[in-house]
Amino acid sequence: MEKDILSPLSTFKEEVLDIYPKKVGKKRDKAIVFGDPDNIPQIQANVRTVPGIITQRGCTYAGCKGVVLGPTRDIINITHGPIGCAFYSWLTRRNQTRTDQYDTNYIPYAFSTDMQDSNIVFGGEEKLKAAIREAYELFHPRAIAIFSTCPVGLIGDDVHRVARHMMEEIGNGINIFGFSCEGYRGVSQSAGHHIANNQLYKHLIGRDDTVTGSLKYRINVLGEYNIGGDAFAIETLLEKCGIQLVATFSGNSSLDQFQTAHTADLNLVMCHRSINYVAEMMETSFGIPWMKANFIGAEATAKTLRKIGKYFGDESLCLKIEEVITEEMKEVEAAAQQAMKKTKGKTAMLFVGGSRAHHYQELFNELGMITLAAGYEFGHRDDYEGRRVIPSIVIDADSRNIEEITVTQDPTRYNPRKTKEEIEALTAEGLEFNGYEGMMAEMKKGTLIIDDLSHYEMEKLIELYHPDIFCAGIKEKFCVQKMGIPLKQLHNYDYGGPYAAFEGAINFYNDIEQIACCTIWKEIKAPWEKEAYVEATYAY
Amino acid sequence: MRKIAIYGKGGIGKSTTTQNTVAGLAEIGKKVMVVGCDPKADSTRLLLHGLAQKTVLDTLRDEGEDVDLDDVMKTGFCNTSCVESGGPEPGVGCAGRGIITSINLLEQLGAYDADKQLDYVFYDVLGDVVCGGFAMPIRDGKAQEVYIVCSGEMMAMYAANNICKSISKFGKVGAVRLGGLICNSRKVDNEANMIQEFAKKLGTQMIHFVPRDNMVQHAEINRKTVIDYAPEHPQANEYRSLANKINDNQMFVIPTPLPMHELEELLVSFGILN
Repeated sequence: MEKDILSPLSTFKEEVLDIYPKKVGKKRDKAIVFGDPDNIPQIQANVRTVPGIITQRGCTYAGCKGVVLGPTRDIINITHGPIGCAFYSWLTRRNQTRTDQYDTNYIPYAFSTDMQDSNIVFGGEEKLKAAIREAYELFHPRAIAIFSTCPVGLIGDDVHRVARHMMEEIGNGINIFGFSCEGYRGVSQSAGHHIANNQLYKHLIGRDDTVTGSLKYRINVLGEYNIGGDAFAIETLLEKCGIQLVATFSGNSSLDQFQTAHTADLNLVMCHRSINYVAEMMETSFGIPWMKANFIGAEATAKTLRKIGKYFGDESLCLKIEEVITEEMKEVEAAAQQAMKKTKGKTAMLFVGGSRAHHYQELFNELGMITLAAGYEFGHRDDYEGRRVIPSIVIDADSRNIEEITVTQDPTRYNPRKTKEEIEALTAEGLEFNGYEGMMAEMKKGTLIIDDLSHYEMEKLIELYHPDIFCAGIKEKFCVQKMGIPLKQLHNYDYGGPYAAFEGAINFYNDIEQIACCTIWKEIKAPWEKEAYVEATYAY
Repeated sequence: MRKIAIYGKGGIGKSTTTQNTVAGLAEIGKKVMVVGCDPKADSTRLLLHGLAQKTVLDTLRDEGEDVDLDDVMKTGFCNTSCVESGGPEPGVGCAGRGIITSINLLEQLGAYDADKQLDYVFYDVLGDVVCGGFAMPIRDGKAQEVYIVCSGEMMAMYAANNICKSISKFGKVGAVRLGGLICNSRKVDNEANMIQEFAKKLGTQMIHFVPRDNMVQHAEINRKTVIDYAPEHPQANEYRSLANKINDNQMFVIPTPLPMHELEELLVSFGILN
């Protein structure tokens, strides 16, 4: 039956490439490939979108401020630029944070220099200084971050110099640092993640040696942004197993978490694309090994917990983990079985993120659903094909636009948590360090894998293959739903979540059963189903 | 009202030539406004007998949106109206955006309105057309005529050719046309012939050859145009002649910029070999 579902996909490429101008078609050809886990194909990724194509992608500023630094509650994030950039990145990601009444929380605020015409003409550095002074006088924060928007780069305001100047002027141990994350700097938001990672390492990580928390086994979870409370669910689960979560990068995070993150003994990487840089840096600098992990899907969660147990090599920890898994899985299995009555055999398409389009396939598998097509907005080849291809990724002008920082061993605090021999022994037992197999290894033969899906291609996918659910973001949501197909947002989970860990898996099963199996969608007719089609061709 | 923009390589003498020409036009009874589009704000110094001008952008910054035309416009030699756009200090902000802002403000304030009874507006623009801001005077029908000041020196001709590229770009979609080249002599060999040939190849004319004369420097040191400082001097007549030629000019074209090799050939055959 599965083969019957997948075989019509083989004609997609011809259908869709035909309409593009020749040069565009040639470029898109390389970004659309067919899955084959035994013989992983090469895909084109992380290259500029052809102008004129409606893309799902965001900008470099969005990746830096919106994604990586945005979820931290006690750093004042000032957007240096006209007001739009700050306004539209204000509370739009649903990353939650947990505070009591005495905790500092700046997340509900939007700070911006609100650049005007005269700031463009005469330069905006003075206004930025004034904004920092004002923010300090009002809130007395311990740290302030400055984010550059497009005009800042065009007129040459030096946010780093302003940061140093204001740090001296205010004194008091305040930490102020800037990000050269102008929107146009990269191919997508991915460049912003990299820029954010560099500055996290340069200005925050390793500044405080205080060992926090009482539990023995200490880990960080990197690339987990606490959308809909995911990080809460993960933290609860880890605590249940006796594992201390030192820092989350950056869901539900605080300045102290970043500054003490180097006291952890293991880094787990969730969203490989947005945070792998910091994982590498912390390994070089402090000797903390990293492993790819996934808390999306019950099976994946269990697997990740067992990895942690094996890494620390403590039998009582492993036993505790097994106990927790057994206990949690009872409810999970019951929920899965209930949902599966309706979801089994249904189809899904996922075009989102730089990890989510991979991770959520786990949950769909657990629901007996088939992923027909998937792809990232801003992934690189290693997120598709696995990290083994990294040496063969061509460095282009766009990647050179991002500062490369040199990371060296910390002279006093470098402490390899595992010896080379121990790592080798653990690898022999099946643990994988510094590795990620990518999305393609887990996609069935004949499925469609498309990077930087265009709006036209999206419409074509829906028109030709009618998936039962389409997963993407807010820009796609209503277009897809008007075509009679439900869309689940996997950037912000619509109003749902958490979907991580066992608790999250149950939520996801229930939500997807309701969304994908709801008969109301059959009542909606797409425009071309009830009106005449207007045909047009390009004149080029 | 004729709207004229003067372009040319930096240091070629645009501001000096513009103000002397404007003095010539004012002398024959034309009502002229000069808009300096250079952050240095020195385009009206000779007409105003010194840097007496508060720039549009400085005024805008100090007074906010509440600006009167009188705040930014001063009356100079022979009843000319003088405006300096101004801009940021070197190395800061965006001077190009400044020009856009200030020209828009002048329009809003009615500087070009019929009641001003202007015969001419001159835009004196800094250097090359380096970005969109410096092309502002020739976009959106702001200036319809462009004169390029050049000399027989290689880089001046190269800059003139480049400016022609932007005129031909904007000319195809708008009203801007090239009125001619003004040769401000640097005493290069065979200069007049070469610029004449260059103009022909561009599809335009050398509207006037302004000989080099120290009187221009004398007048400048005294913060005056030559017509103002030494009205009887032959150099004053050169500028009067240029003013009259512009006043009578009927030749407005979309130029055909030269490919680099043709420009070099021109230099070789006229300049170096003779």
